[in-house]
Amino acid sequence: MFYQLEGSQAVAKAIALCRPEVVCAYPITPQTHIVEGVGELVRSGQLENCQYLNVESEMAAISVAIGSEAAGVRSYTATSSQGLLYMMEAVYNASGLELPIVMTLGNRAIGSPLNIWNDHADAMSARDAGWLMLFAENNQEAVDLHIQAFKIAETMRLPVMVCMDGFILTHAYEKIDLPDQKEVDEFLPAYKPEFSLDPKKPCAIGAMVSPSDFMEVRYMAHRRQLEACTVIEKIGTEFNAKFERNTGGLLRTYHTEDAETIIVAMGSVLGTIKDTVDELNQTKDNKEFGVLSLVSYRPFPDKQIREALKNAKRVIVVEKAFALGRGGILSREIELALKGLDIEIITVIAGLGGRVITKTMLAEIFQQPKDNMIFLGLREDIVRQKYRTILDQRGA
Amino acid sequence: MFQIRIHGRGGQGVVTAAEMLSISAFLEGKDAQAFPSFGSERMGAPVVAFCRISNKEIRSREPILNPNAVIVQDKTVIESAHAFDGIVDDGFVLINSPSDVETKLNNIQVKCIGATEIALEQVGRPIPNAVLLGSFAALTGVVKIDSVIKAINTKFSGVIAEKNVRAAQVAYERTLGER
Repeated sequence: MFYQLEGSQAVAKAIALCRPEVVCAYPITPQTHIVEGVGELVRSGQLENCQYLNVESEMAAISVAIGSEAAGVRSYTATSSQGLLYMMEAVYNASGLELPIVMTLGNRAIGSPLNIWNDHADAMSARDAGWLMLFAENNQEAVDLHIQAFKIAETMRLPVMVCMDGFILTHAYEKIDLPDQKEVDEFLPAYKPEFSLDPKKPCAIGAMVSPSDFMEVRYMAHRRQLEACTVIEKIGTEFNAKFERNTGGLLRTYHTEDAETIIVAMGSVLGTIKDTVDELNQTKDNKEFGVLSLVSYRPFPDKQIREALKNAKRVIVVEKAFALGRGGILSREIELALKGLDIEIITVIAGLGGRVITKTMLAEIFQQPKDNMIFLGLREDIVRQKYRTILDQRGA
Repeated sequence: MFQIRIHGRGGQGVVTAAEMLSISAFLEGKDAQAFPSFGSERMGAPVVAFCRISNKEIRSREPILNPNAVIVQDKTVIESAHAFDGIVDDGFVLINSPSDVETKLNNIQVKCIGATEIALEQVGRPIPNAVLLGSFAALTGVVKIDSVIKAINTKFSGVIAEKNVRAAQVAYERTLGER
């Protein structure tokens, strides 16, 4: 049934449809309305058999999720930006312990300087933590990806992070098709863990692994990540068959056949990119521009990306984070996926700390990228002036 | 696509107004998107919120640069917020003011209504958002007053909802009468 809902409230309802038995959260900034919404659904009795725990920090939130998931209970939490960093030690533990937690990350910038707005710096900090990471393009996808995430997580015995752009999605009202409880129950049956901690059958998890075995354990974790590609695709197809929405999978293409230039991005900026590309293509007979929406950032679907981009002459990667002193993160990974192909790759760093991204700005660089590394909308005069002052102070 | 930009100050229900407008359009079977300008919301600070209404799927997330209508909940932000920037020809401007405001706008329908006064009279609080939505329905015809009333009832309940509905109706009737 269709509703006009705020992104966070829609995701809260989607979480309730997935019947988690433990939801834990540190409900203070940085946070979204999601956990507040879930809390209300628990209190009003709409989400039954669920223990809602307000904890004292993000570190405690992820730790509670680890504990409850180890006890064999479907568990959920959510955070943003600095909150994820505060969790980070336990974020690695969750994947190492093979616990299928689902967590929403309402993507926001990382300070300092303090900034509460959207970018993907928080998500990038967790890119090597062993979680599966899915990015939503709009709020319908955010809803659908969460429902798929529990199934993917429990099938793979790996935690899944669903990333949705802070404010741009979490605070936006849109039309949302919320599935029926019965249908979600059919798609996502009750959680039956293969293993759980049980006082009647005592055992230990998370034992120390010595140098003689550690490499093997990590290698196997890597292999499982790669296997997740197949599972994410399969569950996306199952979801589409049942709910008639192609909102999952590893990636999606838009007018990429015969496109000379293909734009690659993750998250909510894809909507603005698609509108820009439509306007640019309208002026030509052939479809010059195409778009690749990357849904699964971890695992990184090299093979599928290569297949989708192989006929392009130029690939423009628009990314909302970058490695200081190095450059684009996503674009380096795309470059690896395209190794050996004669394709020009342009990095566009955009929207940092909530900087506005407009169709006009995008159209300009899609048509004529001035460099292979562009900071979209960077106020170069101010940067030059500031840099001059710094050099003067150094006496250079 | 019809695009509305709402200017005001924190505490005046600017964001809620955009949300209610999107709900009104949704209730009429349209696609609608509402989002705030993501300031760090504080009482009294300038706030902008946006609403897009369309018969097709809305994908773009850029702020509204060329609005078909601008609603001003607090006229003291007009200059500093560049409230009328980019407004399209034949667009609408709706200003919360009991007296006329000089806008220097050509080819734009400008309507002033004392929304705070109506809100104080009908609701007992100086929150002009629901009042302005009633007036907006009459001025533009983009959404029906019935949808606005239903939207108010989804965001508020009890006496507050009733009073805001009445305030929106008063503004709707007055704007229709003066059009």
